[in-house]
Amino acid sequence: MSDALIEDIRGVLRDHARLPVDVEAISVDADLFAAGMSSHASVNVMLALEDTFDIEFPDRMLKRSVFDTISGIAAAIDELQAQAA
Amino acid sequence: MSVLADRDLEFISGIRQIATEVAAAHADEVDRDARFPAEAVQALRAARALSAYVPEELGGGGVSLEAIARACSELGRRCSSTAMVFAMHQIQVGTIVRHLDGAPWFESYLRELAADQRLIASVTSEIGTGGDMSRSIAGVTTGEDGKLGFEKQAPTVSYGAHADDLLTTVRRSEGAEPSDQVLVLSRASDTELEPMGTWDTIGMRGTCSPGFVVRARFSRDQILAAPFSTMMSESLVPLSHVLWSFVWLGIATEAFDRGRSFVRQAMRKSPGKPVPAAHSLSRVMSELSMLRAEVESALQEFLAAEPDRERLGTVAAVLRFNNLKLAASEQAPRVCMGVLEVIGIAAYKNDSQFGVGRQLRDALSARLMVANERIHTIDAGLLALAKEL
Repeated sequence: MSDALIEDIRGVLRDHARLPVDVEAISVDADLFAAGMSSHASVNVMLALEDTFDIEFPDRMLKRSVFDTISGIAAAIDELQAQAA
Repeated sequence: MSVLADRDLEFISGIRQIATEVAAAHADEVDRDARFPAEAVQALRAARALSAYVPEELGGGGVSLEAIARACSELGRRCSSTAMVFAMHQIQVGTIVRHLDGAPWFESYLRELAADQRLIASVTSEIGTGGDMSRSIAGVTTGEDGKLGFEKQAPTVSYGAHADDLLTTVRRSEGAEPSDQVLVLSRASDTELEPMGTWDTIGMRGTCSPGFVVRARFSRDQILAAPFSTMMSESLVPLSHVLWSFVWLGIATEAFDRGRSFVRQAMRKSPGKPVPAAHSLSRVMSELSMLRAEVESALQEFLAAEPDRERLGTVAAVLRFNNLKLAASEQAPRVCMGVLEVIGIAAYKNDSQFGVGRQLRDALSARLMVANERIHTIDAGLLALAKEL
């Protein structure tokens, strides 16, 4: 996963995850839900990620374990972009 | 349709007997006096039904979830409050069994639960969260003696005053985010329940669910280590929706049976003459069939996910089991209302053998226990994400 991708994901989180802390301070492997992302906010994050990266997460990826870390999100996006390429 | 083992069939038949012989006998009184169905719960203890879902190697009955679900419906036909107490207890037990992950404290706890037939209540609701179970305000604190504790303001705690132990959702610590939750099992003997309000409701009166300020003390071993979100998506939520729905199916089935008895009596009195009630009962039967179909298919889908429980965490699965709750909670009262119209005034009377007032009132609780409007709000977001439904 590229640094640019991580930065873009952080941008989506900054706008939609409603975290009580600075997104920059969250490591790529930190649990976003533990960091304060609510279930409701996570839905908005997923929708915004689909829009930002012009992808559609298939149902198999639409689960909490895929979206609970920045690295998990990046891996999912990498996989989808590799498929599309 | 899965095949039930002999053990399961024996279990269900034992529950059916308790339902008809004990729960039914006290149901009207339990409802009238809003008192705990102590006789039925005692009978369930005597039948070792409180540890039915605990694995045999831990001293339990090793009964399948399908059998537990059917037991909820059998009890629901005779006494909704008994059935809901039983269902909620099994949800707590089920969550522990499915997520204890070999933790020695919880294994030994389950042995104790089986030996003493301990009853577990849950403390999930909290003032200030707006009914959102995925957030907690109360957090785990550490006392000067090193013992852990919490103080939680819970607006409804079903049979809290009658439970031996409590399973509570709290924040991991007071400094943790509201979404960073854990499940704590505390013993009633180490838990103070300060009553807050009353439980004089229109239905489900025997569940005795007033609010409490809950203050508990416990050790770190009493926190389930599994990630809270996993327990929510793989057990707490779908299991609740499945078992509750079976209770509601039982309630609706009982109302329907009363309608059937009424119509049968009318037809026998004047054979050959048209009985309008028979016609309307047939309409109600299609409503009941839809309820049964939804509840049964959801159970089968839940069981089908057992080999790969992570599937229950997908958006499609969350929507599926949320829809079960929405559909069943609205359909069960609809069946009761239909029967009310089939029977007429005799169904409206509390002291009539054809009365369905209790069933109707009990069934109305369904849409409020986790308010349907809250579930619709969750689903609205998920529907935009889901690709296949």
